[in-house]
Amino acid sequence: MSLDSKIPDGPLAEKWTKHKFNLKLVNPANKRKYDIIVVGTGLAGASAAASFGELGYNVKAFLYQDSARRAHSIAAQGGINAAKNYTNDGDSVFRLFYDTIKGGDYRSREANVYRLAEVSNNIIDQCVAQGVPFAREYGGLLDNRSFGGAQVSRTFYARGQTGQQLLLGAYSALSRQVAAGKVTLFPRTEMLDVVLVDGKARGIVTRNMITGKVESHSAHVVVLATGGYGNVFFLSTMAMGCNGSAVWRAHKKGAFFGNPSFTQIHPTCIPVHGDQQSKLTLMSESLRNDGRVWVPKTKEIAEKLKAGEMKPTEIPEEDRDYYLERIYPSFGNLVPRDVASRNAKNVCDEGRGVGETGLAVFLDFRDAIDRDGVDVIKAKYGNLFQMYEKIVDDNPYETPMMIYPAIHYTMGGLWVDYNLMTTIPGLYATGECNFSDHGANRLGASALMQGLADGYFVIPYTIGDYLADMPYDKVSTEHPEFQKAEKEVKERIDKLLNINGSKTVDQFHKQLGHIMWEKCGMSRNAQGLKEAIEEIQKLREEYWKDVKVLGVNEELNMTLEKALRVADFMELAELMVNDALDRKESCGGHFREESKTPEGEAKRDDKNFAYVSAWEYQGEGKPEVLHKEELVFENVKLTQRSYK
Amino acid sequence: MEKERTYTLKIWRQPNANMKGAFKTYKVEDISPGTSFLEMLDILNDQLSENGEDPVHFDHDCREGICGMCSLFINGRPHGPDEEITVCQLHMRVFKDGAKITIEPWRANAFPVIKDLVVDRSAFDRIVQAGGFISVNTGAAVDANAIPIQKVNAELAMDAAACIGCGACVAVCKNASAMLFTAAKVSQLALLPQGDIERKERAMKMVAQMDAEGFGACTNTGACSAECPKGIDLSVIARMNREYFTAKVTT
Repeated sequence: MSLDSKIPDGPLAEKWTKHKFNLKLVNPANKRKYDIIVVGTGLAGASAAASFGELGYNVKAFLYQDSARRAHSIAAQGGINAAKNYTNDGDSVFRLFYDTIKGGDYRSREANVYRLAEVSNNIIDQCVAQGVPFAREYGGLLDNRSFGGAQVSRTFYARGQTGQQLLLGAYSALSRQVAAGKVTLFPRTEMLDVVLVDGKARGIVTRNMITGKVESHSAHVVVLATGGYGNVFFLSTMAMGCNGSAVWRAHKKGAFFGNPSFTQIHPTCIPVHGDQQSKLTLMSESLRNDGRVWVPKTKEIAEKLKAGEMKPTEIPEEDRDYYLERIYPSFGNLVPRDVASRNAKNVCDEGRGVGETGLAVFLDFRDAIDRDGVDVIKAKYGNLFQMYEKIVDDNPYETPMMIYPAIHYTMGGLWVDYNLMTTIPGLYATGECNFSDHGANRLGASALMQGLADGYFVIPYTIGDYLADMPYDKVSTEHPEFQKAEKEVKERIDKLLNINGSKTVDQFHKQLGHIMWEKCGMSRNAQGLKEAIEEIQKLREEYWKDVKVLGVNEELNMTLEKALRVADFMELAELMVNDALDRKESCGGHFREESKTPEGEAKRDDKNFAYVSAWEYQGEGKPEVLHKEELVFENVKLTQRSYK
Repeated sequence: MEKERTYTLKIWRQPNANMKGAFKTYKVEDISPGTSFLEMLDILNDQLSENGEDPVHFDHDCREGICGMCSLFINGRPHGPDEEITVCQLHMRVFKDGAKITIEPWRANAFPVIKDLVVDRSAFDRIVQAGGFISVNTGAAVDANAIPIQKVNAELAMDAAACIGCGACVAVCKNASAMLFTAAKVSQLALLPQGDIERKERAMKMVAQMDAEGFGACTNTGACSAECPKGIDLSVIARMNREYFTAKVTT
């Protein structure tokens, strides 16, 4: 099978407009004859489901949480980018496009990224109309702040809860469609397989998490908006329930997986405190607007700090190394996430890290407080400071915060064409679960933008093009393909419940996470990756022999839910490592130790690796086949990224 | 490192909605003060699993205090003994070594227990579906800066919009009233010009749905606001009452 990205011809700025005109339409009166399944109700899913409902389609929306308002988009803090140029500082659609494609280290498609920048302004308009209470100036107009990887102020925000407010906006639009009878919600329901009939996606198999009932749902088209798979690493900033099962099941049914190894490591998280920890908490990148990142100049001072012989506030100016400002004078503390993370790792590797474990760096607000006063800082970041204090038991107004990088976002995901369709006809992927817009590194405040762009302004158009050629006939869930998929799901559940081994699901998950973090984390090398493959295979074998899953299927059983997810992570992890092994260059979040400049910066290899890797599943135990979508750059010049 | 601690936990166990529940007592050891309350329950559950006992079920997801999923009634207080946090932000350093901790689900007729500490809060979704939105279709919006909004109103709207829909307000109220939750949404939208057109209908429909779900009446004792993890102010209830009565007498 060959990859067709379906990127329209013509000049960059006209592609989307032209494409929209060329897309086939479904007559308003005929839309009600089509059923759409949407899996996931975060920003990408809720916005799509609401928009489909408004257009007149019949929508079934599935979510594992108890309410659509709880999807993990809600945890995004900092903001959402748009090219409004309200600040008059030289922003434009082209500049947002340029920053995003450069920030992604030139591993994303020009056409997709340009479209994202183009619709960014509509998103802000839409959200304001819904009643999202963005921050405002005294004149009543919208306020902006800066984010990493950009030299303009283009980020709209609602205190430190932007994701929450945008999600609640989409949730309210969704609720309106539920009331109108156009959307039916299926909360506490997990998708366990996608069903193909005659080669097209025609439905899904789900498990009702309260009754355990395995059920089939049929539709004309299926949209996955199931988020990222960062929980492969066990510890991450994701919600506990975030998982890769929906995309992995789709992959096993024929959807290619794009750039699986591209994982974002966020530089400003609260450091790990011990092995009882279940989750890492992010501190918004917006803090780097005012906070200065530093470590002691020497290992000796770092040791003294660790031993408690000195307080961070007692270290004189000349003994502090504001390493980001020193190495990257033009971007300073606002370098992109991959650069900030890698540098934190470097200084900690040198023994200059701080905190109990030596795996932390300072984020210091002293100078900002001196400059602007406590009240200004409190107004900007009060809730983040409070959150930090509750977790660490330290007052960041008085003593510098400690931060360390953590797994945050997966740029990789299902491969999709320009219409957001996967390689399975009728199966779409939107938001974080597709690979499309962030290349090898996502800029801050871009995830919310992409989720809502896909859901509000892209897929409502592109889905009509596919449906226009579909007959109205519905497929019965009695169809043999549904029955077969249900049977497989039930067998998988029974198998897990009957192993009755000696190790808990969490113990396996932690082991998997450890392998991934050590060998496929912030920096990677061929030898480590090869070892990881062997270790994962061994662990997976052990899992299916020795995992202990208590309880029964027929009631709420959170151990079983987790066991099913971890089983899929065990397979997905291996593909991530294989992809990392194939990509011998360093780019974005993927740092290959074999590919660096004499100064130790990441070295990209455009001659050999300017492609999207799209992996095709071949069957149990067989190596996957790699397809390459060559990336063509006509509007930007590829340069080694420099933030100096 | 601070010393590790031991606790006695008295936890509500109930296999499902149709069976009766009861308290059961457990012991956990070697808990470090920096461990979060939910991580402490993870440790208990790992212990239970190893011994072949069904783990204690509780709702949780983001574990950073924003999704509103976690919902435990600890020592008689929703989200436990600390101010303006959710259970997932509660840390064991708050509890003395050797303490006895009682953990119950939210208790309200409108929030039936599903299992152990997990309850059904879909009534909240239905209240929002009744009118907690502005009727604007995708694509129909004007330029964002075409609607200037006084900063003070934008801030007040944001204060109300910070609600995470956890249900602590209902759990703590002696009448199991959902006034704070409903009023927060009504207030947010009433404070903004975008929400003005539908304000009367919204207030009436949301209040009607709240009553239909079986939530109790409000007697203005203010426990809801005092225990709200996001500090939603009691004044939102006054605003909703005003919205509701204005709507009643003018339509």
